[in-house]
Amino acid sequence: MYTITKSKEIANNIVEIWVDAPHVAEHAQAGQFVIIRLDETGERIPLTISAVSQSTIRIIFMAVGKTTHALARKVVGETIADIAGPLGKPSEIEKYGTCVLVGGGAGIASLPFIAKSLKIAGNEVIGIIGARNSGLLILEDEMQSICDELFITTDDGSKGVHGYAADVLKNLNATKKLDAVWIIGPTIMMKVTAEVTREKGVKTFVSLNPIMVDGTGMCGSCRCRVGGETKFACVDGPEFDAHTVDFNLLMQRQRMYTDMERTSLDLFMQHTCDCKEEK
Amino acid sequence: MPVRPADERIRDFDEVDLGFTKTEAQAEALRCLQCKKPLCIDGCPVGINIPAFIQQIADGDILQAAATIQEENMLPAICGRVCPQENQCEKLCILGNKSTPVQIGQLERYVADYARKEGLQIPGIANQTKKRVAVVGSGPAGLTGAAELAKAGHDVTIFESLHKAGGVLTYGIPSFRLPKEIVNAEIDRVMALGVTLKCNHIVGRSVSIEELLKFDAVLLGTGAGLPYFMDLKGEHLNGVYSANEFLTRVNLMHAEQFPSYDTPVIRGSRVIVAGAGNVAMDAARTARRMGGKVTLVYRRREEDMPARAAEIEHAREEGIEFVTCANPVEVLGEVNVTGVICVRMKMCDPDDSGRPRAEPIRNEMFTLDADVFIQAIGQGPNPLLIREIDGITLGKKGNVIADASGKTSIYNVFAAGDVTTGAATVIEAMGAAKKAAQTICEMLKD
Repeated sequence: MYTITKSKEIANNIVEIWVDAPHVAEHAQAGQFVIIRLDETGERIPLTISAVSQSTIRIIFMAVGKTTHALARKVVGETIADIAGPLGKPSEIEKYGTCVLVGGGAGIASLPFIAKSLKIAGNEVIGIIGARNSGLLILEDEMQSICDELFITTDDGSKGVHGYAADVLKNLNATKKLDAVWIIGPTIMMKVTAEVTREKGVKTFVSLNPIMVDGTGMCGSCRCRVGGETKFACVDGPEFDAHTVDFNLLMQRQRMYTDMERTSLDLFMQHTCDCKEEK
Repeated sequence: MPVRPADERIRDFDEVDLGFTKTEAQAEALRCLQCKKPLCIDGCPVGINIPAFIQQIADGDILQAAATIQEENMLPAICGRVCPQENQCEKLCILGNKSTPVQIGQLERYVADYARKEGLQIPGIANQTKKRVAVVGSGPAGLTGAAELAKAGHDVTIFESLHKAGGVLTYGIPSFRLPKEIVNAEIDRVMALGVTLKCNHIVGRSVSIEELLKFDAVLLGTGAGLPYFMDLKGEHLNGVYSANEFLTRVNLMHAEQFPSYDTPVIRGSRVIVAGAGNVAMDAARTARRMGGKVTLVYRRREEDMPARAAEIEHAREEGIEFVTCANPVEVLGEVNVTGVICVRMKMCDPDDSGRPRAEPIRNEMFTLDADVFIQAIGQGPNPLLIREIDGITLGKKGNVIADASGKTSIYNVFAAGDVTTGAATVIEAMGAAKKAAQTICEMLKD
């Protein structure tokens, strides 16, 4: 059992929690994730480790399915049955020169840890964080404090640049020598944004989020096509060379259980509305 | 052995085998000749004193029989169910020459089930040695090694990466063959020896290799959990599973009870399983219980199938269709699987395994409809941990090289079970773990 020490909705439907998980906190590095299981009947889902403080880790997630909705409703002092991790290979941190970190939506949550590590390694770090609107934008202050320069974009223009993170990256790529780029967000956003750096061959990483079960390479649920080969995102990734990932296949596999996920969420919502007090 | 009727058992996940009654067990025990030089013991990888426990059954002292087994084996209810006795103790039983061998496995199972209900004292523990031993993995090898080491008075910690102990006993073997309450009860007995279990701890990630090597000794029992894929066109379509994934979703995560449990799995109406080992039979029979019409495709002949004869028979009774001398070559579908193209295979000269080599017959293709396709063609050693241990010698298949005593190339690291051999049996892993634990005890004396 792992105790939640902080919980806060930091944007519309996006929640930040801190959980006491010393075995993870002690070893976590940028780019890694945990697998959580809420309770005895729960599923195992992967979530990125967004930050570490002493024995606790920060997880930031958008409530989309049953598990994330249930997690969002947990209050300080409540527990998560299982947290396994840190899992996956850490981000490839080295001294590149100029690095750009691009985050979309809840994917921004992954950036501060990577940005900090890149700064410590001596890089110039530029951040681009984008959301549909200002109400969905997260971690602006934190990214501002870490990055040498920070750009904000919103799809509707309610804050920062009116447009997509890819537009800002395009400008940067045209005017400046970029040495490494990280793009983390919804799969379609990563797919589109990664095209910006393809022509110049800028080293570009994306963090893949396929469906997982064990997270330790034992089931193959998270298999992806990268560079024409089958890779397990849980142990070979989650970060891969953006220009070699088959994003369409990833999106297809992410939708494998859409109907069942909907059933699960509907039942949960029904239940929690009918007898809120009991829950 | 009495089993539940097939049309009843395909509707649930309860145990197929019914086990002996006391009368049946005693009658079977009386068949034992009590050989002066019992060969059966030689066939047992953990060396149970088989004639002794059988005599105790015949005498009606079942708890004493349980104590006899427990001297050598802490997981008897599991072994009584999943050991391939027909290739081990029972194969060597002298009665088998003229009629059928004593059903040693069923007797072991009867004794273990009786003892679990009646309560059997856990074995005594030697004085504490203050030596710390890390056991990596809580499957058959890890549990057996941990029990031996704890009995010898060592301070044992098991690191398990999943949220539940048991390894393949928990995530792999279905409950209709090995009920989970039995697995849990036997794990509890190992824990009662004073073993510390740390779930959710991935060695190499949650526990660094440096921390691991600080233990006085380490026993690796990480198993063979890496699923092999056939590398077919269409293999990434939705509805294609490794047997490991399919079985883990059901056995560990209870996906068959969705939405009561959150984990989903596709309930196929037409399921194709590739392979013919015990894992393939488990996957096929699990899919059958979830309502599918199941076809198992195997590249060789039925007599070459590596699964236990009883499992093949149970699968057939449950309506699994076998297509032999055929091999999948392509998975059809746009987003979801719609079919599997197979090629007919011809049997050629025997290979190293003594079975005929199978070769595709050109242009002899046929298509099977499918909405779920499960690949059960074998597993390799879990690479995650062992590739991070500097200086450990690995074999061609990524297996840890260990000698017969469990020693690896690192002086305080030992290994046992599938991580050294590739996928094999529960009892072989247990036998190797016992030897490794004894070697560790010898080393820790100095």
